[in-house]
Amino acid sequence: MSGSLLIALSILIPLAGAGLISLSARKPNQRETVTIITAILLFAVNVLLAVKLFNGETLILEVLEPIEGIPVAFTIEPLGMLFGLIASFLWIVTSFYAIGYMRANDEKHQTRFYACFAIAISATMAVAYSGNLLTMFIGYEVLTLSTYPLVTHHGDAKSMRAGRTYLGILLGTSIGLLLTAIIITWFLAGTLDFRPGGILTDKASDGMILLFLGLYMFGIGKAALMPIHRWLPAAMVAPTPVSALLHAVAVVKTGVFVVLKVIVYIFGIDVLNASGAGEWLMWIATFTLVMASIVALTKDNLKARLAYSTVGQLAYAVLAGSLATQWSILGGSMHIAMHAFGKITLFFCAGAIYTSLHKTEISDMKGIGRVMPFTMLAFLIGALSVAGLPPGGGTWSKWYIALAAAETRHWIVVVALMLSTLLNIAYFMPIVANAWFVPMAAKSVGAMTAPVEDKKLREAPLFCLIPICLTAVGCLALFVLAGDVQTFLAPMLDGLAEKGLSQ
Amino acid sequence: MWDLFLSHYNYWIVIFLMMIGFYIVMSRHNLVKKLIGLNIFQTSVFLFYISVGKVSDGTAPIITQDISRYSNPLPHVLILTAIVVGVATTSLGLALVVRLKEAYGTIEEDEINDMDAAD
Amino acid sequence: MSVHLPVLQVIFPLIAAPLCLLVRNPFANWLLATLVSWLTFAIAVLLLLQVLDAGVITYALGNWVAPWGIEYVVDELNAFILVIVSGIGAVVMPYAMRSVSGELPDRQISLFYTMFLLCLSGLLGITITGDAFNVFVFLEISSLSSYALISLGRHRKALHASYQYLITGTIGATFFLIGVGLLYMMTGTLNMKDLASLLKPLSDSRIVLAAFGFIVVGMGLKLAVFPLHLWLPNAYAYAPSVVSVFLAGTATKVSLYVVLRFIFTVFGFEFSFIGQPLGLALLILAISGIITCSLVAIFQIDVKRLLAWSSVAQIGYMLLGLSFATVIGVQASLLHIFNHAIMKTGLFLAMGCVFLRIGSCRLEDLSGIGRQMPWTMAGFTICGLSLIGVPTTAGFVSKWYLVLSAFEKGWWPVALLIVLTSLLAVIYIWKVVEVAWFHEPSDAVKAVSEAPFLMLVPLWIVVGANIWFGFETSGSVDVAAAAAKALVGTVR
Repeated sequence: MSGSLLIALSILIPLAGAGLISLSARKPNQRETVTIITAILLFAVNVLLAVKLFNGETLILEVLEPIEGIPVAFTIEPLGMLFGLIASFLWIVTSFYAIGYMRANDEKHQTRFYACFAIAISATMAVAYSGNLLTMFIGYEVLTLSTYPLVTHHGDAKSMRAGRTYLGILLGTSIGLLLTAIIITWFLAGTLDFRPGGILTDKASDGMILLFLGLYMFGIGKAALMPIHRWLPAAMVAPTPVSALLHAVAVVKTGVFVVLKVIVYIFGIDVLNASGAGEWLMWIATFTLVMASIVALTKDNLKARLAYSTVGQLAYAVLAGSLATQWSILGGSMHIAMHAFGKITLFFCAGAIYTSLHKTEISDMKGIGRVMPFTMLAFLIGALSVAGLPPGGGTWSKWYIALAAAETRHWIVVVALMLSTLLNIAYFMPIVANAWFVPMAAKSVGAMTAPVEDKKLREAPLFCLIPICLTAVGCLALFVLAGDVQTFLAPMLDGLAEKGLSQ
Repeated sequence: MWDLFLSHYNYWIVIFLMMIGFYIVMSRHNLVKKLIGLNIFQTSVFLFYISVGKVSDGTAPIITQDISRYSNPLPHVLILTAIVVGVATTSLGLALVVRLKEAYGTIEEDEINDMDAAD
Repeated sequence: MSVHLPVLQVIFPLIAAPLCLLVRNPFANWLLATLVSWLTFAIAVLLLLQVLDAGVITYALGNWVAPWGIEYVVDELNAFILVIVSGIGAVVMPYAMRSVSGELPDRQISLFYTMFLLCLSGLLGITITGDAFNVFVFLEISSLSSYALISLGRHRKALHASYQYLITGTIGATFFLIGVGLLYMMTGTLNMKDLASLLKPLSDSRIVLAAFGFIVVGMGLKLAVFPLHLWLPNAYAYAPSVVSVFLAGTATKVSLYVVLRFIFTVFGFEFSFIGQPLGLALLILAISGIITCSLVAIFQIDVKRLLAWSSVAQIGYMLLGLSFATVIGVQASLLHIFNHAIMKTGLFLAMGCVFLRIGSCRLEDLSGIGRQMPWTMAGFTICGLSLIGVPTTAGFVSKWYLVLSAFEKGWWPVALLIVLTSLLAVIYIWKVVEVAWFHEPSDAVKAVSEAPFLMLVPLWIVVGANIWFGFETSGSVDVAAAAAKALVGTVR
C-alpha cells in the first residue's frame, strides 16, 4: 500500500470506528468488538507506516486547500511516528481496560464514550502526522471538542463545572493565543509547513521571537504549563480510562508534542538559541515542574495527585524544548514515550483500585497491596518509571534532559531536576509503602462490600488487570529498548543544528 | 438671509414637515399617531421630489407642438411609485395596529412594552 | 433564453406570488413555491457562471436603453449575493412545508407563500438592479412582505416586533429615498454607472455629502448596524421559524450589499474612504457592535433571541472587513456574508425543528433535547462551531481572512479583538450545547421525537455546506476575491 493511503487510513480508521460504534448502540458486545478491531487495525497501519519510514520513504499526503497556500497536509517524521505508534498501541490496551472498567462500574452512555474516544484518537493521529500548523491546529481543536463529552461523562453538576473549565481553558488559549500565533507566523513566513531548521530564520526580530514563543507556549494549553494547567486536574472527573489514555497520553502528549514540533520545525533551535527567548520558558518550565510536584504532595485524591504529577512531567518535555540542544530534544521526545507508559500504568492502577475496592483517597489505601498484589506491583514499576529511576524507562529521558541542562551550564535547572525527582519519590513511594507494609485499617474495610479479612485476592477484573501488567512490562521494556528509540529518532536529530552536540 | 429663505422656500417646507413627522414618530406612544407621523415624514419627501422636478416657467409635461418648456416628469412618476408604497405601508401599519389592539387591548406603546416585559 | 436570465431571476417569484393567492391549496402552494425557489437558484448559479466566464452582464429592461430605462447589471459581487439569497430560499422551501403547517393556521398558509415569494423577489431585485430608484422599489417590496411575514408569528410579541420593524424600516427606506432624490437633483440620472461618472467631479458638493449620509444611515437601519439594530432581535425571535431562517440569512446581507454598492460603485472609493472618515466610523461601530451584542447574546434565555443578537454581532464582523477598505478586507467581509448566511441559516433551521416539536426555544425547555433529537442538535452544534470559527468549518475561513486583513493593515489590537470576541461566541453557543446534550431531559422533552425528515434534509444540506466550505474554499474564496477586486481593486 502506498504511504499516503496509509496515512489517510490511520485517520479514517478510528473515524469509521466511531461511526460503527454509534450504529451498534444497543449491542454492547458488538460495540466493544468494533472498538478492539479498530484499535488493532490502526496499530497495524501505524506499524506499516513506521516500517516505511524506517526504510527511508517520504510519507506525504495532501488533501485539500482550505486557504490558498495552506493545504491540509500530512507528513510523517520520526517524532510524530513515535507518538502515533505509542498512542495507537496504548489505545488497544486501554480499550480492553475500558471494557472491564466501564462494565464493572456500570457506567451510563457507553456508546457515546467509545465513539468520542475513537474520534479523539483520530484527532491525535491527525496531530501526530500533521504536515503544517493548520492541519495540526485542526486536529488539536477536534481533540479538545471530542474529549469534552468524556470529561462531562457523568453529567452531574461537578463534572459540568469541570467540563467548563476544561473547554474554557483549552479553547480559550488555543483560539486566543495559538491561532493568533499561527496567523502571525503565516503573515511573516508565508508558509506554515513544518520544516527542519524552522521557517522563521531571518523573518522575525528577537523581540518578535520572544512574543511568538509566549503566544505558542501558552497557546498550547494542552502542555499544561503553569498557570494554565487548571484544566488537567479538572479533567480528572472523567472515568479512569479517559484519564489514563487521554489525559496521561493522547491529549497532554499532543500538547508537548506540539511544543517540540513548534520549537524544532517552526522556530528551529538555532533561531531560538540565537534570540535567547528560550530562557524565560526554561524558568517557567522549571518552576512548573517543581511546583506541580509540591502540589501533588498535598493531594490526597489519587487521581488528583497523578494529575499534578502529569503537569510536572509535561514541564520536563517543555523544559527540554526550551534548552534546545540535540540532547534535550532527544530527551524530550523520549520523555513522550517513557512518561506515556509510566503514567498510563499508574492511572490504570488507580482505576483498578476504584473498581474493586471503591477507594479514591490515598489515606484509605493502606494495606491494599495484600489484596491487589499485581496492581500494586505495577504501580511501583510505573512510579519508578515516572520518577526516572531504574528499571523504569523514564530514567533515560530524564538523564538526557539533565545532561542537556548541565551541558548548557544551567546548574540551577540541574538542581531543580534532582529536587523534582526527590519530590516524585516523596509523593509516590508512601502510597506503595503503605499498600504493602501497613495493615488495612479495619474501619475502612467494614462498610465496604465484602469482608476482606480472609486475605483473598480482590484484583480488578481480568480485562483491567491484563492491560495493567502489559503497560508495566512496557515500562521495563523501554528501559532496555531506549537505544532503539534513539535510533528511531536519529533522522530527526540529524536534521537539527550541527552545533547541537558541541554546545 | 431672507432671500435664502424665500428662494428655497420649498426646501424649508420639506424640512419643516420632515422634522414634524420625525418628531411625532419618536415622541408619541400612541401607535396610530406614530403612523400619522410616519406619513407626514414620507409626504415631505414626496413634496421634495415633486418640487425638484419643477422647471421655472415650465408647463405640464405634455408634448404638444407649441410648448418647449415643461417640468421634468420623471420625479413625478417616481414619486407616484413612492406614494403607492406609502399607502401600502400605512395600511399594513394600521392593520397591525388593529391586531395589536385585539392582542393587547391597547394601542399605547408603553403599556404594550409593560405587558411584553411581564411575560 | 439565456439573455433574459437577469429579468427571469426576479420575474419568476414575482409572478408565482399572486398565483399562490389564487390557488389557495397549501400543498399546491408549497410545490409552486419550492419549484420557483429552485428555479431562481438555478438561474442565479447560471448567472454567476456566466459572469465569471464572460464578465459583467447588462440587461435593459423592456429594451429601454440606460440611462433612461431601468438596467439590470450583474457583476461578480451581486451574482455572488444572488446565489446566497436564492440558495437560502431554495434550501428553506422544502423545510417550510412541515414547519409552516405546524406553526400557522391553515387559512394563513397561502398568504405565507405569497409573502415569502414577494420577499424573495424583492431581495433578488434589490441585488440585481443597476438603478438607484429601482433599489428603493424592491426594498419596499421585500420590506412590506417581511413585516407581514414577521407578524404571522404565534406570539403576540410578533405583532409588536413587526410594528417596530415597520416604523424603523420605513424611516430607513425613506432616508434612502431622500438620498437618491438628492443625487438625482445633482446629476439628473438614476443609473448607478451614470451616477458614478457624473458624481466624480462633484465630490466637494455638500448635497452629495448629504445624499451619502442619508443613504448610508438609511441602509444602516435596514442592515441593523449597531446601534440602529433595536428592531432586529424581537423580529427574528418571534417570527415564524421559516421566516427567521430566511431573513437571518438574507435580509441584512442584501442591505449590506446595497451599502457596498453605493460606497464603492456609486460614490467611489476616493469619496467614501479618503474624503470622509467612513473607515474609522465603521470600525468603531463594528467593534462596539461586536462586543456589546455578543455580551448581550450571552445573557439571553431564548435561543432564537440569542441567535438574533449574535446576528447583530456578526454584522459587526462584516462591517469590520469593510472598514479596512482594502481588497482583502472587503474579500473577508464578502466571505463572511456568505459563511454567516450558511451558519446562521443552519442554526435557525435547527431551532425551527425544535420549535416545531416542543413549541418553545427557551433554554430551560431544551434540556436534554439532544437525546431526543440527535440529528437536529448535532446540526446545531456543527453550525455553532462554525459560528465560533473552529477550523474545518466555514466560519474559520472567514475569521482567518478577517484577521489576516487586520494584520495587513497593521492593526494588531483589532486582530486580537476578532480572535477574542470569538470566545464570546464560544460562551453563548456552548450554553445551548451544554443544556441540549448534557442535561437530563425533562418529561416534556422525553415525549418528543426527532424532527420530520423533510426538515432534517435542508438542515443537513446547510450543515454539509458549513463543513464543505471549511475545506474546499476555492468556490467561495475565489468568487469573493474576484468581487472584492472588482469593487476596490479598480480604484487602487
